[in-house]
Amino acid sequence: MSAFSVTEPSSRTKWGAGILVVAYALITIVPLLWIIATGFKSPTDSIAYPPKVLFEPTLEGYVNLFTDRTRATQDMLDRAGPPQTWYEVIVRKRGTIITGTSRYGERFLNSVIIGFGSTFLCMVLGTAAAYAFSRFRVPLKDDLLFFILSTRMMPPIAVAIPIFLMFRQLGLSDTHLGMILLYTAVNLSLSVWLLKGFIDEIPIEYEEAALIDGYTRFQAFYKVVLPQAATGIASTAIFCLIFAWNEYAFAVLLTSGTAQTAPPFIPTIIGVAGKDWPAVAAGATLFLVPVMVFTILLRKHLLRGITFGAVRK
Amino acid sequence: MAQIRIENIRKEFGDFTAVQSSSFTVEDGEFFMLLGPSGCGKTTTLRMMAGLELPTSGRIYIDGEEVGQKPASQRDIAFVFQMFALYPHMNVRGNISYPLKSQGMPRAQIKAKVHEVAEVLGITDILDRPVGGLSGGDRQRVALGRAIVRAPKAFLMDEPLGALDAEFREHMSEELRALHDRMGATTVYVTHDQLEAMQMGDKIVVMNHGVVEQFGVPQDIYDWPATKFVAQFIGSPPMNFLEFQGVADEGAQSIQLGDSTHQVPSIREGAKGKLTFGVRPEHVALDDAAPYRGRALATEYLGTTQIVTFETPNGVLKARLPSSERIDHGQITGLRFDPRTVTLFDAESGAALKSEANEKVLSNG
Repeated sequence: MSAFSVTEPSSRTKWGAGILVVAYALITIVPLLWIIATGFKSPTDSIAYPPKVLFEPTLEGYVNLFTDRTRATQDMLDRAGPPQTWYEVIVRKRGTIITGTSRYGERFLNSVIIGFGSTFLCMVLGTAAAYAFSRFRVPLKDDLLFFILSTRMMPPIAVAIPIFLMFRQLGLSDTHLGMILLYTAVNLSLSVWLLKGFIDEIPIEYEEAALIDGYTRFQAFYKVVLPQAATGIASTAIFCLIFAWNEYAFAVLLTSGTAQTAPPFIPTIIGVAGKDWPAVAAGATLFLVPVMVFTILLRKHLLRGITFGAVRK
Repeated sequence: MAQIRIENIRKEFGDFTAVQSSSFTVEDGEFFMLLGPSGCGKTTTLRMMAGLELPTSGRIYIDGEEVGQKPASQRDIAFVFQMFALYPHMNVRGNISYPLKSQGMPRAQIKAKVHEVAEVLGITDILDRPVGGLSGGDRQRVALGRAIVRAPKAFLMDEPLGALDAEFREHMSEELRALHDRMGATTVYVTHDQLEAMQMGDKIVVMNHGVVEQFGVPQDIYDWPATKFVAQFIGSPPMNFLEFQGVADEGAQSIQLGDSTHQVPSIREGAKGKLTFGVRPEHVALDDAAPYRGRALATEYLGTTQIVTFETPNGVLKARLPSSERIDHGQITGLRFDPRTVTLFDAESGAALKSEANEKVLSNG
């Protein structure tokens, strides 16, 4: 007999909760694992029915992702000689030959520049605005905050046409700067609101103490407020980065060449040589890595409690 | 160390006037108390001295220099916050050395100074600990350390003991006072606790509704309150007020309270109409022969003394009597008031009427 407890769940509740969590985890993680697995399948295995859970892994998908290939004629093979590298071996098996590197690397780099660039800009502007809203007597503060939030009340894509025309006029179409500005504009409302919440929680006494200790308002801001807002800034940055990184619709509409990001590029891989699902899956898998690394790096900042106990409430 | 002079400062927050018009002077080396109920403007006054708020009008002088509109960082004063406000991302050493870093002091010198201060406060053993896990008292000491390390012109403290447990407050207040006496630093201390103010202060300013009600040494304020508010705010139980309609003639040595005549200190400021007869509980004595009668309602036993509540023709009155006196509930007895200690007030304005006894004290404030 176990005694009834308010805080300790019964073992049946624990089991139930455990099953629920595991089920949810499976539902969310299976598609992800499937994509990762598909990246290492051969094209035949990738469309096999019934689907193959066990298969012979190959890097063909990754090789195809990074290369442009063409069907090889005997003449071409004679000229190229025997395959020199492991990836040439893989390609030759399919009767094709490498003609150059694909654009995936470039698109990926574009995603990095635009994603991190807009996140950085968003954090700089967002922190400054949130600090001002949190600390100063701003005229019409509530109206301004509502206005900022209201930019988020419709899906951003609803204004795609005006933005498209505007960008064309300003020469921002298909430029890194244009995409950085666009994603910053979309994310800024979220970051101002989130960061204001975090900064509101930092007692104003810390800054006042710093002012008394002989520091200027700006020094107090970056030496005292910023370290304490690190948690909030980190989590807000993750949200901003994930949006900018995954954004598809604007990227399709506004970029085609120089500034095209990875999301609109990945589906186009399919068309290069039949249904090359492993290459698409490989592209998607690699695309996940930066956000995952970024999130893991900032994870310790996501844990609250830095300010615990320094001020008695 | 410095003298701080406040001249007619006023602070408005939008429509709300936090401080109406305050003037007083904190002399060099004084332990100065700003006392009042919450919302009376005492903290705002302190923050204006510090430069954390800028006065709407009026002047603040530190050592003769007008600093009213200067930022806090240029005033060379230290501030101890009620909630300590220790920087949570630094350890104890980091917190104490922070004000020195802003001055660009060399590292070795900072280290020496921090050590010196830690020694004074008895916190050398916790210098490298994070501030998060410290006890209330240690946090308070670190906050003090951060204040004194710089040897500022003055210390401003905003209810620094407010966040501590009752039993620890007593100890900390003694420690604070001892520290002050050793350093001889000008200190302005905000509190709502009249006992704390009386115990620790060299001088007290009593504020209410943004107005300075009285300013002086604790004994003067206790004995000769300038207003009914001060008389009631200071002392536990507070001064008794017996309301009456009557006349206080200039030069008179007594007044008529109902049917009985009471001696008072020679009146210097005449008044008539609604008046208040103020007498402290310890200046009430039992005297069966006295014509002023009261009926005992309740007693509170306090050890050596007891507080007895009487019903009188002019309202309820509390007397502090020796515990040895036996008083039964409902008993009607004569009450006599020590004539040297009585204060008369104008009941409407609340201001004390000047008499031979309080004249000197009142003309100070």
